[in-house]
Formats: sequence, structure tokens, C-alpha cells
Amino acid sequence: MSSARADTTPWLLAAPGALLFTALVVVPLALTLMLSFHVYDAATGVKDAYTLAHYTAILSDSYFLNIFWRTLRLAALTTLICAAIGAPEAYILSRMREPWRSVFLLAIIGPLLVSVVVRTFGWSMLLGPAGLVNEAFRALGLGTVKILYTETAVVIALVHVMLPFMVIPVWTSLQKLDPMVEAAAWTLGASRFTALRRVVMPQVTMGLLSGSLVVFGLSASAFAIPALLGGRRLKMAATLVYDEYMHELNWPLGAAIAILVLVINLVIMLAYQRVVEARAKRTLG
Amino acid sequence: MSGMRHNGPVALAFHALVVGFVLAPLAVICLVAFTPANTLTLPTTQFSLRWFTAVFAHPDFVASFLNSLWVAAIAATIAVVLAVAAGLALDRYDFRGRAALNALFLSPLMIPHLVLGVALLRLFALLGATGSLFWLTAGHIVVVTPYVLRLVLAALSGLDRSAEQAAVTLGASSWTVFRRITVPMILPGITGGWLLAFINSFDELTMSIFITSPATVTLPVRMYMYATESIDPMMAAVSALMIAVTAAAMLLLDRIFGLDKILVGQG
Repeated sequence: MSSARADTTPWLLAAPGALLFTALVVVPLALTLMLSFHVYDAATGVKDAYTLAHYTAILSDSYFLNIFWRTLRLAALTTLICAAIGAPEAYILSRMREPWRSVFLLAIIGPLLVSVVVRTFGWSMLLGPAGLVNEAFRALGLGTVKILYTETAVVIALVHVMLPFMVIPVWTSLQKLDPMVEAAAWTLGASRFTALRRVVMPQVTMGLLSGSLVVFGLSASAFAIPALLGGRRLKMAATLVYDEYMHELNWPLGAAIAILVLVINLVIMLAYQRVVEARAKRTLG
Repeated sequence: MSGMRHNGPVALAFHALVVGFVLAPLAVICLVAFTPANTLTLPTTQFSLRWFTAVFAHPDFVASFLNSLWVAAIAATIAVVLAVAAGLALDRYDFRGRAALNALFLSPLMIPHLVLGVALLRLFALLGATGSLFWLTAGHIVVVTPYVLRLVLAALSGLDRSAEQAAVTLGASSWTVFRRITVPMILPGITGGWLLAFINSFDELTMSIFITSPATVTLPVRMYMYATESIDPMMAAVSALMIAVTAAAMLLLDRIFGLDKILVGQG
């Protein structure tokens, strides 16, 4: 590795990828940002004049605000439920013996690789008026409950799809915890609950936090689940963008909504990095 | 001591509920796919393959399946080439702009696919390239490259470089060292990355739905469109086939690399 070559070699190696990513990530995003400021006319389409009207419309029209509010609310609810299910499940998995541990870890995170359309379709069969869930309700004498095309259906499917993203980081942080430390706390007279709270929980916090951010971000921009289980009336941010692009053909407005979704995502990611850095500083002293 | 690490009955009941919840929709699909009836009902006494035959007789589904197969195979292959080259640059050199380049390559993981989809739609519309299989594949390459890059970087950072240095001392050219020593040593990362990229591309819906045309519709997009229009057991049969393909790829991944390593390593 001579010093004369060291300057150009990494750039030559990275160049093909860097060019492709610039052309297909950076440039399109810049174009979309510009598009979101273009004037749109229903009769003639996108015009060569600039305006802030799309952003002011989104931030003042109650139709859009309602959809954004629903998106954030359902994403937050999904995150909470995923944390409440995923964290204990990761803990239980970490205490299992082989081979059960590997088998169930695969069962929990394997569905991550199955297409979201497939999993959503499965839920639409389970939750429909003739589905298994309603058959169980009828058998219990509760009658038929409308679940499909409600927020409940959307949240159930979102939790199902997002759960692995919560289990994985919590599981990873539990792997770093020596089980003997928890056992030592018991030996020293701590109750199971105290050991869990004072020894296990602090270790898991970062995993829980990073899982929550991923789940929230992915839920807030999810498309297939609200589109197939929410029905026409129950829109979320992603289905709204799809409608503006494909049905209303108002691309500038759709672009403005997409940019807002992106900004919310990036703000969350940056906030997370700040927290991680602050924590790293504190532990280092 | 080990006795104290057992899960109690409450924990095991909770665990059973979670596993049931996770597997329920997949199990229902696989059962309904074998129904002999015309509606989405669980087969009770008879099992039939009629809906699987219907899928293969449906030209749209077959064409979309082939589209998906091609796009995923080509995207994964090119992603591997790009990621190995970029991975070598990022792992072995310290240069100005290294951090920025790293961020650029991992950016598709932070940008919602919805946003990538509308952004690419705008670019392709301006280029007059909407509905081209070539550009659709290019979009997929961008989405799957970060997954490969992570595995390649992990493989490179765990590499003992004394074998490479020995080869250089013995007079091997850098290309020979790369081909005969580096690649074989990071091969699990490469094959694992290829499979992960293939699955992610094969499953991709949210970006593709914006940049496919009737001629280039991929299987998930076709299924989405079919599901919004009609409900019959054929959808269950296609879904069951997709689960089978994914499960096969998953077992292969597990053999090559250890699935827990790949998926958990993402966290």
C-alpha cells in the first residue's frame, strides 16, 4: 500500500457505488424538494412558478392535520405495544436453553423476511367478519365485532410486522449482560423484581430506545398495512402520499407530504444519536 | 444456579401467546391456500391444489413472478460487487470524506421507502424512463446495497490480514491477493449479503409501487393490486408460495451464515 496510491485507491473502489447513490438518492431527493415548492394547477399540471402553498395547506387544513395526527398516534401506540411485548419476550428468549432458544428466535424474527403484503393479507383474513377472530367471538357469545377497516386492525398488523425490530435490539443488549450478574444480585438478597429493575433494565434501556425509534419511524411511513387494512377512509401519511401521486395527480402536494415524512424520520434519528452520544460521554466520565 | 434461570409458567404462557400471534397469519394463509372452496375458508375435510394451479395459469402472476426474480437476482448481484468494492475502501483506507461516503451508502436505511419511491418517480419522469425494468432494478440496487455493505464490513473487520501480507511478500499481485485470499475469506459475508439482498428486493413493495408500469409490475405490487380488487383463495395460494420461497432462502441463509447473526447483527 504505497502512499502515492493511497490517495486515489479508496475513491476508485467506492466510485461506482458513490455515483449510483448520488444519482439515485441525492439527486432525486433534491428534485423532490424542489417539486414540493412548485405551483400546481388542476387543469394544466405542474407550473414553473414557486410557492409555499402546499406546506401551508398541509399545516393548516384539518383534513391533512387529522391524517398526520392519526399517523403519529398509531405509530406511538404501535411502539408502546411493541415495547411491552418485545422486551419481555426478548428476556424470556435469552433465558431459554438451546436448541429452543434458536428455534424460537427464528420463529419470532424469521417473519421479518416474509413480504409485508403477505402478512397483511393474513391479518385481513383473520380479522374479517368471517375470519377466525370473529368466529371465536361468536363462539364466546360476543357477536360479530367490526375489526377490519378500523384503527385496531391497523395497529394489530403494525405490531405484528414491527415486533422483530423491537426484539432484535433488546436481545442484542441482553447478550452483553452476563447472567451471573443477575444471579449475583439474587445471592446478595435482591428480590427477582429488584434484580430485574436495577440490573437488567439499565442494560436493556439502550436496546429498547433504539428499537422504539426504528419501530416508530417504520410505522409512521408504513404503506401496505393502512392501505389494505384501513380501507379508503382511514388514511395515514403514506397512503395519503400515494393518493396525491396516483389518484389526485397533485405531485407537488404529494412531494411536500413526503418531505415532511422524511424530515420527521430524520429528526427522530438525529435525536437518537444525540442521546447515544450523551450516554457514551457519561459512561466515559 | 442454572435452575434459577428457568422461565416460570407465566413467562412460558406469555411466550406461547407471542409465538402464536407471530405465526397465526402465516399459518392461516398456508391452510386457506389448500381450500377446495371458492371463498376464503379454512379447508375442513378436503384439501385441494386448485388455487395453486390457478396461480400458474394466471399470466399476470407468472410474469410478475419472473420480473421479481430477475430484478432481485440482478440487484443482489450488482449490490454485492458495489458493496465489496466500497467495503474495501471504507475498511482499509483512512481518507477525507470517508465518513460522508459511509453515511451516503447507509442512507437508504434511514429514508422511508415511500420517500425513495416518489423521489425516483420524479427523476424517472424527468428522464422519460418511467416503467423501465432497467431503472426499476437500479432503484432496487440502491435499497439493498446497505444490507450487503454491513455484512461485508463485518466480515472485513474480523479478517486476519497475515495471510494477505504473506501472499504479498511472496510476490502476489494485489488482484491475485484479492481473488485468491480476501474473497474466499469473506465469502460467508458475500453469500449471506447476496441472499439478504435478494429477499429484500423480492419483497419490496412501497418503493416499487411508484416506479413500476403494467409491464414491469413485480410480484408484491401485483399482489397488492390484486388484494385491493378481489378476494379469492388465489391470493392465499400466491402468499403461501411466497412464504415457501422465503422459508427456503431463510434456511439457506441459516446454513451459510447463521440467521440470528445476520438479522440480529442488523440491530
